[in-house]
Formats: sequence, structure tokens, C-alpha cells
Amino acid sequence: MARSGEEMFGSLSISVKVLLIMPAVCMYFQVHQPLRVKKYRVFDIGQDGDYFNDDSETNLNNKRIVHKVAEKCYVPASKVLLDLTRRYPEFRANFSISGVALEQFERWSPETIDLLQQLVATGQVEILGETYHHSLSFFYSPPEFEHQVKLHAAKVKKLFGVKPKVFRNTELSYRNDLGTWAEQAGYDGVLTEGWDHWLGWKSPNFLYRPPGTKKIKLFLKNYKLSDDMAFRFGERTWREWPLTAEKFAHWISAHNGAGEIINLFMDYETFGEHQWADSGIFDFLSALPGEVYKHPDNRFLTLSEAAREFEARDELDLPSIVTWADTERDLSAWTGNEMQTYALKTIYDLEPVVLETENKNLIESWRRLQTSDHFYYMCTKWFADGDVHAYFNPYASPYEAFIAYINAVADLKWRLEQVPRS
Amino acid sequence: MFGWEFPPHNSGGLGTACFGLTRALAQAGAEVVFVLPKRFLVSADFLRFRFAEIENVKFRRVPGLLYPYVTSEKYAEIRPNANSNLYGWSLLEEVQLYAERAAAIAAEEDFDIIHAHDWLAYPAGLAAKRVSGKPLVVHVHATEFDRTGGTGVNQEVYAIEQAGMQQADQIVTVSGWTKNIVEKNYNVPSEKIKVVHNGVDLDGLNFGPKKIPLAALKQAGNKIVLFVGRITLQKGPDYFIQLAQRVLELEPKTYFVVAGSGDMEAQIIREAARLGIAERVIFAGFLRGAELEAMYRAADIYILPSVSEPFGITPLESLVAGTPVLISKQSGVAEVVKHALKVDFWDVEEMTNQVVTVLRHPPFQQTLATYGQQEVRKVTWLEAAKKCLEVYQSVLRFS
Repeated sequence: MARSGEEMFGSLSISVKVLLIMPAVCMYFQVHQPLRVKKYRVFDIGQDGDYFNDDSETNLNNKRIVHKVAEKCYVPASKVLLDLTRRYPEFRANFSISGVALEQFERWSPETIDLLQQLVATGQVEILGETYHHSLSFFYSPPEFEHQVKLHAAKVKKLFGVKPKVFRNTELSYRNDLGTWAEQAGYDGVLTEGWDHWLGWKSPNFLYRPPGTKKIKLFLKNYKLSDDMAFRFGERTWREWPLTAEKFAHWISAHNGAGEIINLFMDYETFGEHQWADSGIFDFLSALPGEVYKHPDNRFLTLSEAAREFEARDELDLPSIVTWADTERDLSAWTGNEMQTYALKTIYDLEPVVLETENKNLIESWRRLQTSDHFYYMCTKWFADGDVHAYFNPYASPYEAFIAYINAVADLKWRLEQVPRS
Repeated sequence: MFGWEFPPHNSGGLGTACFGLTRALAQAGAEVVFVLPKRFLVSADFLRFRFAEIENVKFRRVPGLLYPYVTSEKYAEIRPNANSNLYGWSLLEEVQLYAERAAAIAAEEDFDIIHAHDWLAYPAGLAAKRVSGKPLVVHVHATEFDRTGGTGVNQEVYAIEQAGMQQADQIVTVSGWTKNIVEKNYNVPSEKIKVVHNGVDLDGLNFGPKKIPLAALKQAGNKIVLFVGRITLQKGPDYFIQLAQRVLELEPKTYFVVAGSGDMEAQIIREAARLGIAERVIFAGFLRGAELEAMYRAADIYILPSVSEPFGITPLESLVAGTPVLISKQSGVAEVVKHALKVDFWDVEEMTNQVVTVLRHPPFQQTLATYGQQEVRKVTWLEAAKKCLEVYQSVLRFS
């Protein structure tokens, strides 16, 4: 990655600068909290139909987590962003918020909802489309996937009064057919990871066209710059530590002429939860737009604005599943071992039986059990990139995650058996 | 090196550990003289076969009658006429005799360092240190607190253990779990103790006929849950029987195999009968070698419900054989195996929950087995031997 304009262009930089297009910055923040399955045991099958109501002092207590993360991240980070929208009328940001997260905020953190609504009301913040249940259903059941996208759109409409125009699938997962689907469904853009292994010589700093589509734009995450913020920011052993907004804005500007758009995609929890407040991450966020605007042509855009403004520079063929996870950038964190594929198969095999009941509670339980996090917690890739997995796992081991999950599913099956058949 | 049992004349993991460690030490370049207390009637074929490749291990034996895993209750059973307040008049005498002979052997042999395994060999190690002036490493495979579950600690044994640990130049424990016990109960500073986890021999198994025991039961759709170990308080066989009762309520087509013998055998048989599950609990006796390996293979899951397990080699053997394990959190082996189910030994409900889930979902069982087997390949005796050599070197530097 080029770190400085001088290095790239040397003394020519001043004379050619006027000819260069300054890259626009698209920031997208993912907001998601799963409904974690409590320590559901074999004895509970047929006895307890509520899988998500852990009330212990552990990280399986969903209410406790929402309270904690709202206090550490959602509330203070949203206040910083609101302040930025006031200070800079041209400032833009994008959010994708899962339905299960919105639902939990409504119950346990109305302040988070209120702040997000204020942000969207500025007109400077765009909301993306995704599946309500933050599921991998696109790869397992297309009809179910479409249903969850509709549920999410309805929730977004109800809470924010807007219709998503750009789509991001769970964990930034993507394949050619998702691009085709998104165009047919009327979206202007779709997001995925900009991983070198798939891009080859192509740069993530342009928009692309999925094969077989006409209008839709494919946005690629600039994972190097994104991860500088999201992962490396507080790492004292990193040679760039401490990362200042000034330095980061300089890196962005170093892409002048080498790209049209810098996509900074990350979890919203980066601010205050993954990078703690004492790392200076909030000050960094607050200072970043000012530093970016020091280069007069630089701007922030919503994804819809960028989709309108920039042309797709080439077709990008991604026939296998891409995600933003781990070094493999594939689905292996969710489907890498036998118990994960078994759990996924078990839940999706229930689809016809569940839908046939037309029972709202059963269908909702089934959908909540599709949330991708349940399978992520069963990931056994501990030795290669284990730290991240262990940090995000509320269970003592992937095996305990499986035990809780599969016994909850067994109870759902039991409940389905109790429904009288017509 | 002083020890008191060696395969095939071992009653448990201690002999297995001495075998694995000495063989790996020899491979790593150390010349080992292994002193056993007694001229065992060993299967010479087996021994020659086992040691043909490690020429620099010599065996020295002194006559004696030692039994490595003894509690006072067990001792009363073996020696009904003995004063039950003593650990064993004869046993302690034999330990002293062993120490005397050890001194004589140490005077004849040329060596750099003395390594003594567990309390019966500590006096021998100390005696050798006295006559030779060479540094002593004591290797703690178990303490009196593990053997007795913390109640009824024998004061004479405790005194021998304490003398050994305090007078040794360095202490090696088989786990962090045991290191904590030693620090807490033997008044030894933390810096003096180095943890050297045991390993497992990959080629020690995987031999013999592939006939699966209990094949008829398995073909009839039954599942098998296995316990391997001495039937004694420390190993938690009573929790295994409670587990059997609870699992059978949920999964009646399950058999529970107890492979081992020990002072609680009669009590455990009675308990199974009292709970009305006797026909579902199979007592296989003490198994070794190919028989034991076949039993691991037959089982759907292996349980180590130990109350206090300094290490626990058998779960590693089970994983090598491809059978997943549930291990007590109160064990050293839990420190080296991640791909295992881990439960507090007293939490029979949680144990039941986990075992039943394994029995009901074969892909879950398979995942545990696959990753456990991969992981256990890295838990080798060669690693343990390297750490022991480091200990030797550090001790020699300061002596």
C-alpha cells in the first residue's frame, strides 16, 4: 500500500494534482447483536421453548450485552457522528443494522434507536439492506433469504422511514449470484470484501460490475485501511502506532489518482468495544473528517451517492463465496467443521415443516436460530487465527456452543411435532 | 533414574510415563540408567521388543515388593493384619531398603544427575544424592492429596514427599494443576517447580487385532461410554456410575464400560446394582495393550471423571484411538487438550448433558474426535524429554 503521495509521485505530484480525481471516502458501519442461545441442555428439550433468555452474569445474557455495548459504543459513537453531521454538512456515513439488533435495542436500549434515528434524519446517513436475522440463508434457501430481506426492509421503513438502496449480505458474504439477485431486486449497489487473492491486479478502490448485470455497482472493502482502524488502531506493537487522524487522512490522500473510492467497512463496535475509549478511538473518529477535508477535493459519500457518481470500471467475477472473515476470506469460520455443517443442515431442513405450521412463534424461533453467529461460535479454527474467535465467543468452547444450539433445535423439532397436522 | 514400575508391570499411568519419558530422553541423546526396585517377572520379549531401538537405556533392579498406588484403605485390604495407622510397615521398610540399595548402585554408577519419580523413589533419590553429591530432580506424578482426595492424608507418606521436594534441587510436576497443589501443600517456592506435561506414544498403540469388543452390542444400536482407570476415589468412578444412571434415563440404549480394578470395585458394583443399572454397566477388568486400544475404539466417548488428576494419560490414548473425551476440569490433561469436553467432576448433570449430546449427534462426536486426534499428535514425549533436558541443564549450571 502506498503510504504517501510524495513516495508515489515524487516532485511531479504538484504539477499533476489538478488532473487527479480525489478518492471519495465511503464509511460503512455494521451494527449487529445476535440473540445468543442460552446454556440449553438436553433436559430442557420439551420443557423450555425460550432459547435466548439467559439472565446470568455471563456473555450469554443478551440484555446485558446490549446494555454494555450501548454504553461503551453505540451511544458515544453515535453522539460523535451526530456532532460530525452538524459540524460538516457534507459529511456522510452508512450503516447496516440487523433486524435482531434493532429489536434488541427497542427492548433494552431505546437511546441507541433514538440516536440512530437522529443520524438518519440528517439525510447524511444511509441505511443498507440485509437479512433481518443476519443469516446465511442466501446460500441455503433463496426463498427464505428473500423473506428475511423483506422483513428487514419493513423494519427499516418503520424505524427510519427509508428504503434501503444498497445491499450487504451477512459477514459481507458475496458470490456472483448475489450480485445478479441484488440487481433484480432493484438495488443500486452491493458490498463485499476487496481481498487481493480474488482481485489479482484489480484495485478495491474502484467500482465493479458483477457478471451478467447492467447497472448495479459492486463495492469492495479496502481491508488494509479499514483494518488499520478496526483491528490495529490500539495495537502498541504496530509500527504505525499511535495512528492519528492526520496520518490516516494522509494515507487516504495517497490514493489520489490510484482510485476513485476508499471503502472503509467495519463493525460499528470498533468504536469503544473492540478499540476501547482509552485507545483514543473516539477522538480519532471525531478528528478524521476535518483532516480528510484539509485536502480540499476530498469528500465522504453515501454508498448510493457513490453508485450514482462512479462508473463500474470493469467486470469482477467472484464465482466462489467471499466474506470478510479471517485470513481465508471465505465461509470456513461458519461452515469449516462437521458439526457446523450438520447444525446448518439441521436448521434449514426444518424449513418446510416450520413454514407449514404458519405459527408465528415457531417460525420466529426457527429464524432466530439461523443467525450466523450461532455457527461462528462453533468454529474450531483456534490455532491459526484463534484469538479473534475466542474473543468473540461467549461459550467456553465451540463444543459447548454446539451443545446449547443443537439441543435448542431439538426442542424446536419437538414443538413442531406437537402441532396438529391437517 | 529411580522409579518403581515399568510396563508391562504397571498398574497405571506412572509406568507408562516412565516408559515414554525414558525412551524420548534416550532419543534426545541422554543416557539413562533406570533403577527399578524389584526383579519383575517381565515378558522379556516385550521388553526387548520395546527397547531394541533405544540401546542406551539400562535396567537395574533391586528386590522388593512395591505397589505404586496405595491408599491406607487399600493397604488395609492388602495387609489386613497391619496397623491401619501406618501406611504399611512392610511398604515403608521396603522404601527404606530401596533407598539403601539405591545408595550402593549410585556408588557404582557414573552419572551427572538423579531423577526420582514419585514418593516411593524419593528416599532412593535422596540417598543417591548423599553418596554421589549429584543434583536431584524429583518428578511429581501425583501427591498424597490426589490419592486421598484430600481427606486422610497419611503423615508418613506426606513427610517423605515433603523431604524429597524440599531437598531436591529442582521439582518437576506433570501439570500446572499439580504445581499448585505442591506449592500450596508442601511449602515449596513456585520458582523451584517446572511443569513438564506428559505426552502420549503414537506408536505405543495401534497394534494388535482390529477385533472390536462388544461388537454385537454396537451392532444392535447400543452406544458405549468408557471409563479406564483404577477404581479408586481419586479417579471418580462413583461419578461415572451416577453419570450412567442419568444418561440411561435419556438414552437407554447405552452401555457403560469400567476398565480397571481397585479398592472401590466392590463398592461400585454394589452401587450399580442399587441404582438398578447393573445390566448396563460392564466391568472389563484391567486392560492393557491391544485389548485396551480395542476398547477405546469400541467406545463412543471416553470419560475421565477424576476428583484430582495430576495429569491423565488415558484421554490422550483415547484420542489417539479416535474416540472423543470428556475430561474433568480438575485434571492436568485439561491444560494440554483443547478439543475435549470439560466438566467439573462433581457436575454430573452437565456431564450428562454433554455425553447425551455426543451420543445423539454423530457429526458432533466426529468433530471432537477429528480435532482431538490432530491435537494429540503434538502432545509428545519428545517435548516432555526436551523440557526435562532443559531442567537438567539449569540444575547442572547451578551445582
